[in-house]
Amino acid sequence: MRLDPRITQSLMKTLLWSLTGFTLLVLIFIIVDISIKGLPQITPMFLFQDPQDMGRAGGIFSTIVATAYITLLAILLASPLGVGTAIYLTEYTREGLATRIIRFGAECLAGVPSIILGLFGFVLFVMKLKLGWSVLSGGLTLAIMVLPIIIRTSEEAIKAVPQEYRQVCYSLGMSQWQTITRIVLPSALPGITTGIMLSVGRSLGETAVLLFTAGAALRAPVSLFDSGRTMAVHFYILAREGLSMPNAYGTAAILMVSILLINLTAYTLMQRLMKRYS
Amino acid sequence: MGQGKFIERVLFLLALSAISSLVLITVFIFMEGLPLILQTGLKDFILSSHWAPTKGHFGIAAMIVSSLLVTLGALVIGVPLGLACAIVLAEFSHERVKTILKPTLELLAGIPSVVYGFLGVIWLVPLIRNYLGGPGLSLLAASLILGIMILPTVISISIDALTAVPALYREGSIALGATQWQTVRRVVLPAASSGIITAIILGMGRAVGETMAVIMVAGNALQLPTSILDPVRTLTSNIALELGYASGRHREALFATGIVLFVIIMILNFSATVLTRRR
Repeated sequence: MRLDPRITQSLMKTLLWSLTGFTLLVLIFIIVDISIKGLPQITPMFLFQDPQDMGRAGGIFSTIVATAYITLLAILLASPLGVGTAIYLTEYTREGLATRIIRFGAECLAGVPSIILGLFGFVLFVMKLKLGWSVLSGGLTLAIMVLPIIIRTSEEAIKAVPQEYRQVCYSLGMSQWQTITRIVLPSALPGITTGIMLSVGRSLGETAVLLFTAGAALRAPVSLFDSGRTMAVHFYILAREGLSMPNAYGTAAILMVSILLINLTAYTLMQRLMKRYS
Repeated sequence: MGQGKFIERVLFLLALSAISSLVLITVFIFMEGLPLILQTGLKDFILSSHWAPTKGHFGIAAMIVSSLLVTLGALVIGVPLGLACAIVLAEFSHERVKTILKPTLELLAGIPSVVYGFLGVIWLVPLIRNYLGGPGLSLLAASLILGIMILPTVISISIDALTAVPALYREGSIALGATQWQTVRRVVLPAASSGIITAIILGMGRAVGETMAVIMVAGNALQLPTSILDPVRTLTSNIALELGYASGRHREALFATGIVLFVIIMILNFSATVLTRRR
């Protein structure tokens, strides 16, 4: 028997919308569960006191310091490389073998799982270069992890800047480099910022890479060569060893809320940029 | 050399950073792991499931099978859900609904994998243990969690593929009297198929490579699973669980495990790139 196409259509629409609804429910469930159990844990004491008794008591201050330190280092290393790559790809070459290899490299790098990056960072930075489990090893490895994100977003942003802007600059006698630094980059800045923010979000939540490059020392790192436990690693250890559920939820809530806010802001910035130039 | 030329050279060097990182990663992983594979023999390494690294037995067959099964499970969950979301967003929703729904669903990508694993342990594992039996920490739990985790990848790439189908195709089909769903099924989906396959392949890559969430919910037992309720240890979990204390040949064996994982991922990435280019 064949169903009337219109009935099939409404059946299918109902099915597809319910599956979408289910996906949304999963997302809402995750956010609500972590927020309800985690947000009440977040007090000034929780934020500004170091963990005590392996994290069973006290706060998470030292892990916030380590997270900020490692993330900042990764962003400082990856941004010039990523933005430079994007400028080269968009402004200096025609599509050809070189750009294809560069793009292929960035795409493949984006697909490398974090455990492989962790292995790599461990053997090169921690062992071979003898940097040990440290902020530096962690930051270097994370920089490689976020590089493709910065390249892709910056490229998209620079491409969105209308061609006429460049033509006007050239007709005024500006050099290519002047055009890029005075006009193209400032116009693309919101998009470049988006890439950097997404990278921060990615770094905040990363665990596998840092477990084997930055280590898990609970003292706040001071020098680049100190080991440091980031919030995500701390949360993993708290949850896995069942040290303290309230503290685990509190840490998860801070992580999740900050990453979601960062990602939402990044998304809005990019949408605004794309709308302005389209 | 003029200033312009100099700047171009510098930018070119910067542009090599991604590809050279990739080369460095490949070289170092292979340098550390390949000797052990050669000593053990590739066949023994990937076809034996006797893993007792301290006694000199390095067989990762059980982990390869577990990784593949967990990935398959993730696809069974993630592909229908992800495709449904993509079709709804690209074809069946108003512009205003779309501008809210799309960024909302993208939030799934921002949730750290440890959080997925944690919620899996807290909520999903007890449910499986109480209602389906077994230890709860299982192939099934890992598949369900990974199924959710690959959604952002599947959704965003499928949406791109669907929206790339020219509006003319849809208009032609509707003009012939087809319903919207017939149009989607017979015209839009076939036209977008290579993009959707790319989405599935990249989703597979995410699932094979995921580590932290899997460690937390899969149970990590060294065995060939006989049911979806059995605990399993994947390639990624094996590396992450043992790297902390391994040394000598044992550590080399973990890098060798990394090589197998790396090769699988690269094959997936490569096929995705080839598919995208053909489009």
